[in-house]
Amino acid sequence: MRPDDRKYLDSHEWAKLEGDLIVVGITDFAVEELSNGNEGDLVYCDLPEVGREVEQGETFGEIESVKAVSDLNAPIGGEIVEVNADMMEHLETLAEDPWKKGWLIKIKPTDASMDHLLDAEAYEQHITADH
Amino acid sequence: MTEADLKQTDLHEVHVSSGAKMVPFGGWSMPVQYASILDEARRVREHVGLFDLGHMGRLEVKGPDAARFLDSVVTSFVGKIPVGAIRYGLVCAEDGGPLDDLLLYKSSDEDVFVVANASNCATVLAWLNDHVGSHDVTITDRSDELAMLALQGPRSQDALQPLVEGKDLGEIGYYKFAFATVCGIPDVRISRTGYTGEDGFEIYFPCAESVRVWNALLEAGAEHGLAPIGLGARDTLRLEAGMPLYGHEIDREHNPVEAGLNFGISFKEEKGDWIGRAALAAIKEAPRRKLVGITTEGKRVPREGYLLFDGDREVGHVCSGAVSPTINTNIGSAYLPVELAVAGQTIDMDIRGKRQQCVVCDLPFYSRTRK
Repeated sequence: MRPDDRKYLDSHEWAKLEGDLIVVGITDFAVEELSNGNEGDLVYCDLPEVGREVEQGETFGEIESVKAVSDLNAPIGGEIVEVNADMMEHLETLAEDPWKKGWLIKIKPTDASMDHLLDAEAYEQHITADH
Repeated sequence: MTEADLKQTDLHEVHVSSGAKMVPFGGWSMPVQYASILDEARRVREHVGLFDLGHMGRLEVKGPDAARFLDSVVTSFVGKIPVGAIRYGLVCAEDGGPLDDLLLYKSSDEDVFVVANASNCATVLAWLNDHVGSHDVTITDRSDELAMLALQGPRSQDALQPLVEGKDLGEIGYYKFAFATVCGIPDVRISRTGYTGEDGFEIYFPCAESVRVWNALLEAGAEHGLAPIGLGARDTLRLEAGMPLYGHEIDREHNPVEAGLNFGISFKEEKGDWIGRAALAAIKEAPRRKLVGITTEGKRVPREGYLLFDGDREVGHVCSGAVSPTINTNIGSAYLPVELAVAGQTIDMDIRGKRQQCVVCDLPFYSRTRK
C-alpha cells in the first residue's frame, strides 16, 4: 500500500497537503514504469518556472527515460511556488525516495480540495487493474 | 491489438519468469528489456548478449528457378551471391518504396533462405506468391517451425563454440553460414550475422528445442559475461551501427537509395529487370534527401517524429532516436535535404515546443572495425 497521507492521479502523480501548499511528486510505480528498476535509465526531467499558473490536469513538465517521454500532470490548479531544482540534477533521488526527497513542485492551490483525486486504496486498485 | 492477440515465441515463459518487461512488437509479445537498456547495450559491445528473435519471418524459396525468381523481386543480385554466403536486399514496389528488407542465405541457385521482419512477413510472402509467374519455385513459410536466436558481442564465438559439434566457428566468415550440430540438434543453421554492429551469430533450429538451447547458452556463456538482451538495447545497438529498421528509416515512402543502402541494390544488366529498378535508378540519378545521423549535446533524446528545422524552415523529422552508451551522447537518424545532409551542419530539433540544437554526422555512429 502506498502512503495514505496524500492523494493520487491515475497518471501516477501524488499530491500532499503541507501547510497551505500542495506538494506534487510521482509514485514509485511511475518511476518503475519509466526506468524499469534502473535509475540510470532516467535521463531528464523538465519542470516549470516558479510563478507559473497551472490548471488542474494541465501538463506542467516532462520526465524522460531511455525509452520514452512522459507528461507530468498537475493534480490541482494554482500557482507554482517552488520547484525541486536539486532533483532535476539528481534524478536518482526519484528512485531512492519518490515520496519525500523526490518531490517535483509545490503549488499554492486556488482551491485546496482534493476530493477529485484517488485515495491510496483506489490508486492501488487502479494500478493492479492496469497490470 | 490486445495482449491476447499477440503471438508468443516458445521462450515467452522463460522471459516472463526472468523478469523481462514484455511489449507488443510486430504482432508479437517480446522482451524489451531484462535489466537496464543501457547496461544491456554495453554488455553486447564489451562481452556478449543473447537475443530471442523468434518473431522474425523465415521463408524458404526452393526450386530450379529460385535465384532467378528472387532476382526479379529483390534489389540485390541473388545469382551472384556465392554459395554459403548471405546478402542484404529489399523487396520494393514499382515506385521503389520498400515492402521490407531481407537477408538472403544462398545454399544454391535452387535453395535460398530468406529472413524478413516479423511485421512484414505476411506481406512479403503474399508479394512473392503474387509475382511467381511461370517461375518453377516453392515458397514455404518456416517462421512458426523455427526458433531464431542471436549471440552478439566480441565473446560470441567463445560462448557458442562449446555447444557446437564438428564445426570450428572460426571457419564461418562474416556474412557466411554453415550447418552443424548444436546441443545435439543436427543441421542447425549458423550464420555470422547480426543487427548490432558487433561480431556474432544467428542460429535457427526447431522451436521445440528453444528452452533447452536458450538455457544451455546462458550456462555456457556465463563465464564470458553472457546475459539475455531485449529489443530496447537491440534498437540502440542497431542505430549506433547505422542499420535501418523498417517502419523507421525505411518504409513505402522512404526508399533504400536515399537511405544509403546502395550496397544492397544491383543495377547490373546480368541481373535482369526487377520490380522497382527503374524508379530506384531514377532516384539514384537525382536524390532529394539523404539519411544522416544527428547528435545533440542537450539532455533531450531525439525521438521518432520530432520535427527538424533550419531556421524557420521545417526540413525533416527524426526517424529513430536513442541514448547512446557507446559514444556517450544522444543520437538519432533523420532525412534531410541533400544540401543540409552534410557532416557538421547544425539544425534545430523541436521537442514539444522547445528547440535543441543538433549536429549532422555521417552514419554509422559506431563501427567496430573503424574506431
